[in-house]
Amino acid sequence: MRILANPMLRYWLLIAPALLAMAVFYFYPISHVLWMSVTLPEPGVSNFESLAASRSVQRMLWTTLRIAVLSTMISLILAYFVAYVISTVDERRRRLLFMGVVISLWISVLVRAFAWFALLRNDGLINQALIGMGLIDRPLPLMWNEFAVLVGMVHYMLPLAILPLYSGMQSIDPRLVAAARGLGASRMTAFWKIWFPLTLPGVFAASILVFIYSLGFYVTPALLGGGKKMMVAEYIKVQILEVVNWGLGSALATLLLIFVLVTLAIVSRVVDLRKVFGAG
Amino acid sequence: MHANPNDQTLSVQGINKRYGTFQALNDVGIDVKRGEFLTLLGPSGSGKTTLLMSVAGFIQPDSGRIMLGAQDITFAAPEKRNFGMVFQGYALFPHLKVRENVAFPLKMRGIRGAAATKSVAEALELVGLADKGERYPRELSGGQQQRVALARAIVFQPHLLLLDEPLSALDTQLRGQLQTELKRLHRAVGLTFIYVTHDQGEALSMSDRIAVMKDGRIVQLGAPSALYNRPANRFVAEFLGVENFLPERLTGRQGLLAVRASALSLAGKAGRISARVSDLDYHGAEIRYTAQTECGLSLRFNLSLRDAAHVPQENENVTLDWQEKDALPFPAA
Repeated sequence: MRILANPMLRYWLLIAPALLAMAVFYFYPISHVLWMSVTLPEPGVSNFESLAASRSVQRMLWTTLRIAVLSTMISLILAYFVAYVISTVDERRRRLLFMGVVISLWISVLVRAFAWFALLRNDGLINQALIGMGLIDRPLPLMWNEFAVLVGMVHYMLPLAILPLYSGMQSIDPRLVAAARGLGASRMTAFWKIWFPLTLPGVFAASILVFIYSLGFYVTPALLGGGKKMMVAEYIKVQILEVVNWGLGSALATLLLIFVLVTLAIVSRVVDLRKVFGAG
Repeated sequence: MHANPNDQTLSVQGINKRYGTFQALNDVGIDVKRGEFLTLLGPSGSGKTTLLMSVAGFIQPDSGRIMLGAQDITFAAPEKRNFGMVFQGYALFPHLKVRENVAFPLKMRGIRGAAATKSVAEALELVGLADKGERYPRELSGGQQQRVALARAIVFQPHLLLLDEPLSALDTQLRGQLQTELKRLHRAVGLTFIYVTHDQGEALSMSDRIAVMKDGRIVQLGAPSALYNRPANRFVAEFLGVENFLPERLTGRQGLLAVRASALSLAGKAGRISARVSDLDYHGAEIRYTAQTECGLSLRFNLSLRDAAHVPQENENVTLDWQEKDALPFPAA
């Protein structure tokens, strides 16, 4: 047992099981996917060539990027209000609001997508109510389009954006805003010159988190988009499970992975990523 | 708006503020003279900060008025009052450089360019930080941050300067140094200062007048020497550091007699009080004693080692005496 006397070795032994599990169940399959993208059906970059040549792939990637950017922006704006309220109300209300945010985080993404089904369908709650009130005579097309995908995704992303924003706002000394006003700033000026700049690290963290999540999102776009507005994750699934084109599917997965890594690399030049993801 | 805003005196007239059942301010009235250094002194919960925040405009009193000259400012927004304020913990803007922090109130008043640059440089010069303009607040020491907060509060020539326990976060040595600097600054800029503290030493050394507060009221208002020599009641006396309150049976006179530890001395056989030493602390050149009388009264007295013929030890019996000129009579409390 002399070996255990080395403290570094003991730490490594502690994390070894997790490390092993990650290696076997995560890194191995991913490297396998990367490998397939340059070997199937034959070795070479033919998969990437056909990706670059295909109009439908380009359209799909553009849709993915647009939806990811839009849902990030909308989530951030809505989450900013919520985080602001949570960080300014009294302790009792704060706990209640916080519970609300965390509970919605815990509800399965599948359940939430189906809940939107019930609301947005042609004979769903919203259309029935509008028709019942005589505001419209034909149901509005709320389902199976980009609108539905955005609604579902923003709903899912909100807690992910609220939490980093709130943690950033919580660390701001509330006296700073009072000080600004005492020095002659109006409420609005104090907000824009003092509060808002101090929340920017949180805004940045939340944006990265939500954007990366949105890029590879599968369940909500697949269910609420109804196969009409396809994002990259669903397209990969179709390539692999339906068209059985492993090469093209894994090439797209590789592309997605590279895009995320490049985004993180650029971002990490500006901010400390460990802080973004909650360490330190 | 006004020819010379510094001509206006601040007058607080009968303000009340209640939080639930807690009366934070109870019919408080005070006139602040032009250019004076007024200190609000009291323990926590005495209402001193509530009073300051009402003057600053962050708290609205339930009743009463606050006047600046002929103008009623009771409900004016904080940013409309043109008061400088130094917060507890400084409240410097962490994302702005020192220079930008100090320029902030100028910017809010539409003063930019050369005029602003000049004022900022002068204010930083005044607090001795002329070379620190390009630093961020976190790169400065606590004392330096405090000076930046001061510069920021006076750079726009406010009507008056409000200071909320500005030195409480600093260590004793630095605090003494900054007290001296604050006094110098007060003389240099000729502004009216309203200063909140719970530290009696700070209040006594800096103020022109002190308002001692308790339970939302001003219990005594006067010059430091007046308060120190003639405290109006036992609370003020205790708060200003009077240690001993002698009852009638020890003094043979009506009411309580307040005697400081420094005025109570060892007195051979002729002393009027006998007591037994229960505790003694060395403080360099003097020893601070605690002694118990037969009837259980605890007394404090100091002994200067330089002129002590004999140094009593623990459990030793001593006799103590005082001079009438050093004693303060009170009506029975």
